[in-house]
Amino acid sequence: MSATLEAYAEAAGQDAIQHLRHLARPLRGARVVHVNSTAVGGGVAEILARLIPLKRELGIDATWEIIEGDAEFYAATKGFHNALQGQPVDLPRRLVEHWLEVNRANAERLRASLADADFVFIHDPQPAPLFGAIPDRRGRWVWRCHIDVSHPHRPVWKTLRTVVRGYDASVFSMAAFAQPLPHPQYLVPPSIDPLSQKNRPLDPDEAARATAPFGLDPSRPVILQVSRFDRFKDPVGVIRAFRMVRPHVPIQLVLAGGSASDDPEGEEVLAEVRAEAADDPDIKVLLLPPDAHTTINALQRLATIVVQKSLREGFGLTVTEALWKGRPVIGGEAGGITLQVFDNHTGFLVNTPEGAAFRIRYLLSRPELIATMGIKGRRLVRENFLLTRHLREYLTLILALKDAAVDRVEVAS
Amino acid sequence: MPPEPFRFMDCALIILALGRTAHGLRELRDRAAEVPPQSIWHHFYETLLRPTFDDPEYRNDFALWARRGLRDHVLAERLAVIDPLEFDSLERLREHFVDDHDDRLAETPGPPPVRPGQEFHFLRSQMIVVDTGFRAATPGEMAAQIPTLPPGSLYYHFIEGRRHPGRRDDDFSAWLAEWGEGVATLRERLDAIDFRLWPLTDLRRLVGAALAGRPAVEGIR
Repeated sequence: MSATLEAYAEAAGQDAIQHLRHLARPLRGARVVHVNSTAVGGGVAEILARLIPLKRELGIDATWEIIEGDAEFYAATKGFHNALQGQPVDLPRRLVEHWLEVNRANAERLRASLADADFVFIHDPQPAPLFGAIPDRRGRWVWRCHIDVSHPHRPVWKTLRTVVRGYDASVFSMAAFAQPLPHPQYLVPPSIDPLSQKNRPLDPDEAARATAPFGLDPSRPVILQVSRFDRFKDPVGVIRAFRMVRPHVPIQLVLAGGSASDDPEGEEVLAEVRAEAADDPDIKVLLLPPDAHTTINALQRLATIVVQKSLREGFGLTVTEALWKGRPVIGGEAGGITLQVFDNHTGFLVNTPEGAAFRIRYLLSRPELIATMGIKGRRLVRENFLLTRHLREYLTLILALKDAAVDRVEVAS
Repeated sequence: MPPEPFRFMDCALIILALGRTAHGLRELRDRAAEVPPQSIWHHFYETLLRPTFDDPEYRNDFALWARRGLRDHVLAERLAVIDPLEFDSLERLREHFVDDHDDRLAETPGPPPVRPGQEFHFLRSQMIVVDTGFRAATPGEMAAQIPTLPPGSLYYHFIEGRRHPGRRDDDFSAWLAEWGEGVATLRERLDAIDFRLWPLTDLRRLVGAALAGRPAVEGIR
């Protein structure tokens, strides 16, 4: 086997790599296609960029396709995104029709790749109508939902439901996100890549160079939130928490985020965050380009505590990244954050700016607890949320899809 | 004539949502009475193969939820000591489980619902079993192989293996029994491991140590 998969053995363990080889053996040559809506920005693109080469290395004929859309298409899909996370968004019929039309156009372009594939994974709502637009499909189609759809705005969910109900199965990140659908609903949490630019080990000089431009004071603790500028991430709430802590402890706050090509609201939220931060010299609001992976890596390692005060969250890969770097996380009690942050073990779950402020003060006064939580957090990620585990579940899912009704499948090697 | 070589198998789970959710004690009892029995087993033992925090207060999902979701510590303690392997069948386990809930409901009339977001979601799994290709021709080879096994393999042989009809020991012990009294000590060491208390990576160290004759808890954490 080539070195790429072997390179993960140091982070995930040789046993995990062996496990993948056992599971992949019966799938050699299977044609698997993943489809999403963006090549860069956001957790889905990051995962696919690494998952596809590993599947190929295991002998699976895996490919990745990206649908193309215009501004109106992304306005529609952002509306879907917000509504599925619970915002009462009125999605005009015109936008829904455009979403379907753009998918029909993409279906013509991708037909050769998708119609003959053995397994097709469609990620999130953007390309979901491809299923209906390719009636001559041969393989099994799975809708992979990365969004927290635990309390969707019902009219928009009903629109999407008519599109995804025909799939052979769907995949959600958590049981709480699963919605009634007439097919099996699998649960697969996402993952981080320990070898990516964002998560690889950094030597101190490189980390210092990456964060030098931001003028942070090395003598004061840094509180960090890394996320898109999105209201569900509550960046304004983080600033409020910071202002409650600062009278007690001299700290600095960094809000670092980028924008994804399929998120037209980012600029608006960034303006709100900048207005809230005003000219406070202890608050750094950083709009980073999509390829600023080393910078984010360095900021997460520089931080004393990482905050992810989301009000709604799909999974919260920035939490995973911080835990992997041995940082305790103060996270909003939402979505997948609750799978990663365990009170008094890997951080604290909070519901308000006041709660976040209290836990920041609590941890800053206990450096030994910060260190212990760092060790536990890294172990949690190593054993559960690395790319190798994610790949394992995709392999298991593909094998299981052959007959979703049976509890146990013995596979001939 | 020596026994046939031991075949090391490996397994992995994929989890499915059943779409059955409990918002409180009574609903948990009612849902438990109707879900497929494999779901009950899943929430007791297969947690070990699911992405999850490995140092919880209790090792089965029901006890954990009683403590964290219902905040009913009495029920949590009762559920924590239920061992599905002590029952003849999963249906008998279910009866016992439902009985325990009926007892608790009689003690606590009108238990409150859990907070939003704390609901219990019933799950089931599909298990994929594959042959690792690894073989052990002797007890010594078995001991040498254990530290290299994926956790799924440990689960399959040391926990799932106990579900074979008419048998209560694990696959390793069952194979060692074919070697006769000469390896009785190894079987006793394996039998002394309380597999209900450990995550799989720790269990692998314990089994490896037991078969190699090292102190049992050496190297844990």
